[in-house]
Amino acid sequence: MSATLSTQQKPPTSEPTGTTPALQLEGVRREFDERPVLRDLSLTLEPGATLAVLGANGAGKSTLLRILATLLRPTAGTVRVLGHELPREAWKVRGHVGLLSHEPLLYRDLTLSEALRFHARLHRLGDRTDERIAELLAAVNLSRAAGELVRNLSAGMLQRAAACRAVLHEPDLLLLDEPTAHLDPEASDLVSSLLAPAAGRSRVLVSHDVQAALGAADRALALRPDGSVAFEGPADQLSPGDARAIYAGRA
Amino acid sequence: MKLPSLRATAIAAVVLLGVGYALAFFYAPNDANQGFIQKVFYLHVPLAICALTGFIVAAVFAILHLRSGDAKYDARSYVAIHISVIFGVAVLITGAIWARASWGKWWVWQEPTLVSFLIVFLLYCTYYPLRYAIADRDRQARYASVFAIMAGAFVPLNFIAVRLANTLVHPRVFATSEGGLPPKMCLTFGVCIAGMALLWVTLVRFELAAKAARGRLRRLRRALEGGDAIAGGGSRIAPAVPTATSRP
Amino acid sequence: MTAFRVILAKDLRIELRTLESVPAMALFAVTTFVLFRYGLDRSSLAGGLAAGVLLATVLFAAIIAVNRLFVAEREEGGFDAIRLAPVDLTALWAAKAVALFVYLLALELIAVPIFAAFFLDSWAGIGPLAAVLVLVDVGLGAVGALVSSLAASSRARDLVGPLVLLPLLVPLMIAAANAAQPLLAAGGPSYGDVGKWLLILALYDLTFAAIGYAVFDFVVED
Repeated sequence: MSATLSTQQKPPTSEPTGTTPALQLEGVRREFDERPVLRDLSLTLEPGATLAVLGANGAGKSTLLRILATLLRPTAGTVRVLGHELPREAWKVRGHVGLLSHEPLLYRDLTLSEALRFHARLHRLGDRTDERIAELLAAVNLSRAAGELVRNLSAGMLQRAAACRAVLHEPDLLLLDEPTAHLDPEASDLVSSLLAPAAGRSRVLVSHDVQAALGAADRALALRPDGSVAFEGPADQLSPGDARAIYAGRA
Repeated sequence: MKLPSLRATAIAAVVLLGVGYALAFFYAPNDANQGFIQKVFYLHVPLAICALTGFIVAAVFAILHLRSGDAKYDARSYVAIHISVIFGVAVLITGAIWARASWGKWWVWQEPTLVSFLIVFLLYCTYYPLRYAIADRDRQARYASVFAIMAGAFVPLNFIAVRLANTLVHPRVFATSEGGLPPKMCLTFGVCIAGMALLWVTLVRFELAAKAARGRLRRLRRALEGGDAIAGGGSRIAPAVPTATSRP
Repeated sequence: MTAFRVILAKDLRIELRTLESVPAMALFAVTTFVLFRYGLDRSSLAGGLAAGVLLATVLFAAIIAVNRLFVAEREEGGFDAIRLAPVDLTALWAAKAVALFVYLLALELIAVPIFAAFFLDSWAGIGPLAAVLVLVDVGLGAVGALVSSLAASSRARDLVGPLVLLPLLVPLMIAAANAAQPLLAAGGPSYGDVGKWLLILALYDLTFAAIGYAVFDFVVED
C-alpha cells in the first residue's frame, strides 16, 4: 500500500517534507480554566520518524494529540506541524494529518462505506474514492461489512474502520491514540500494518503497551501526571522500567 | 489616551445628574398635555438611550474580542451588557409609570417603542443562562461574544419591525412637525442624558475595576497556595479581567 | 462548495433513513391545531388569528428540529471530523441552515393543507402564503443553525437553545404575521401592505445570514 504523495490530488504543502521536521514544539503549554494540562513541552521530530508518547491517564497525551491535529490551540508556546505554524497556518495542515483517537468519528446512521465516503469527499479524494475505500476495507478484513450501518458494528470492527478513516487521505503525519484497543491479535496485526511507518510518513503513537511502543519508536516522550515532561529523547535511552516508574508517578 | 480617573467620572456624573434633575423640577416648564408626570421623561428616555447604546457598545467589544482573542474585551462586553440590563429594568419600570399616568394602564401593547424595548430586554436576559450553561471559560467567552454580536444586530431590526407594526402612540417629543421641544426642555434633556451616559460609564468602569481586583486576589492566593490549588470564590460566569499579557 | 453539498447530503440522507425530525414536527403541528381549536373555541379562523395560530405552530415545531440539528455532530464526532478536513467551516453552518430549511418546507407541505382543511373557509390565500412561509423558513434556518450550534456545546442544551432563539425570532414573527394576515382575510386575500412586510422578512433573513456566515468559525474552533 503506497503512502507517497505522487498518487493523489491533495493540496500541496508549501515546503518539501524531506528537509523540514515533521514536528517542532517549543515551550508548549495548554491550560483548561487556568489549570495547566501540558507544561513547557519542547520536542522535534524528523520526517519519517515515530514518536512514542507515554504517561498515565490524565497526563495530557490526548490533549497533545488534539493540538497537533489542529483541533485545539496551545495556551502558550509555538507549534509547527509539517513546517507550518499553528494556529495561524492550521488550514495548510488539515488534510495532511490523520487522527485515530478514542472516538471513531463515523456517523452511526450511515453505512460503513457511506461514512468513509463522507470523509473521502471532505478530503477531496475525487475519482479514487471507491477504489481507495475498497482497498482499505480489504486490508482490515471489513469488505463484507461495507453495507452495514455503523451503529451495528462491534467495537473491534469500529476500531478497524476508524483506522481506515485515519489513513484514507494518505496523511504525512499520523496521530494514533491507542490504535489497537479493542482488537484481537489477528485484527491488531492488520491494523498495525495499515498504520506502519512508511516513507515520508511520520507518526505520533500513544500507547499503554510500553514495551511495544518503545520498540516501534525512534523518539520517546514521557509525561508525568501533572503534565510536565519526565523524559524527552531517543526511544532507546528510555528503559521500560523507567517508563513504568513515570506511569506510577515516581520519576 | 489617558482616561480620566474613575473618581472624576463618578463626580462628574453625580454633578450632571444633580443639575439635570434640578433643572427638570424647577426650570423646565410643565407639559401642556400631560402635566407634571411628563417629567418622568427626563429619567425614562435617557435610561433607554443609554441602555440601547450600551448594547451596541457591547457588540463592538464582542467583535474586538473575537478578532483579537484578548479576554479583556470579553470582560468589557459582559459588563456593558450587565449595566445596560440593569438600566433596562429601570426603563421598563419608568415606562410603566408613564403609561399608567398617561393612558391609565400599566402596559400598552400599541406602544411600539416600549414593546420593542421589552423584546430586546428579554433577549439580553438570556445572555446569563447561555453563559451559565457553558463550563469551559474560553468557549463561554467566545459564545457570549457571538451572542452579543447577534443581539446587537437584532436591536435595530427589532425596532423597525415593531414600529411598523403599530400605530404611533408614544409621544413623539422630538417631532418637529408638531412643534418639538421648547428650548428649556431641550437643555434640561441634554444635561440629563449627558449625566446618564456618564453614570453608565462610571458603573461600567467601577465593575471592571472590581473584577480586576478580584482576579488579582485570586491569582495571588493561588500563587501563595501552590500551583494546583483550586482558587475558591469567583463567579462561574463573570469573566476574569486579565492583568498579565494576554494569550497570543 | 463541495463540503457544503457533502454535509447537506449526509444530513438529508440520515434524516430520510431515521425520520427523527420531520414526522415529530408534523405530528406536533397537527396536535397543536387541535389544541387551538378547543383552546380558542373556534372552528373557523381568518385574518390575524389564522396567521397567528399557523405561524406560532410552525415556530414551535421548528424548535423541535433546532434542538436536534447538531446532536450528531457533537455526539458522533462530526465537529472533529469536519474540522480535520481541509474545508471552510462555514460550509457546516450553511449545510445545517439549508437542512433545517428543507425540514421546515417538508413540515409545511404536510401541515398547511391540514390547517386549511381544519380552519380556513377559502384556500385562495394559500398560494401567496407560500411565499411568506419560504422567507420565514430561510430566516429560521439561518438563525436556528447558529443558535443550535451555540447550544450544542452547553449543558441543558434543550433549554438554552429555545430560550435564546425565541426572542430573536420575534421580529420575524411580527413581519410574517403582518404579511399573512391580509392573505388569510375572511373575504379573500388582499395584497395591500404585503410587499412592505416581505421586504422586512428579506432584510431579517439577509442580516442573520450575514451574521451566521461571519461568526460561525468562532463557534466551532477551540
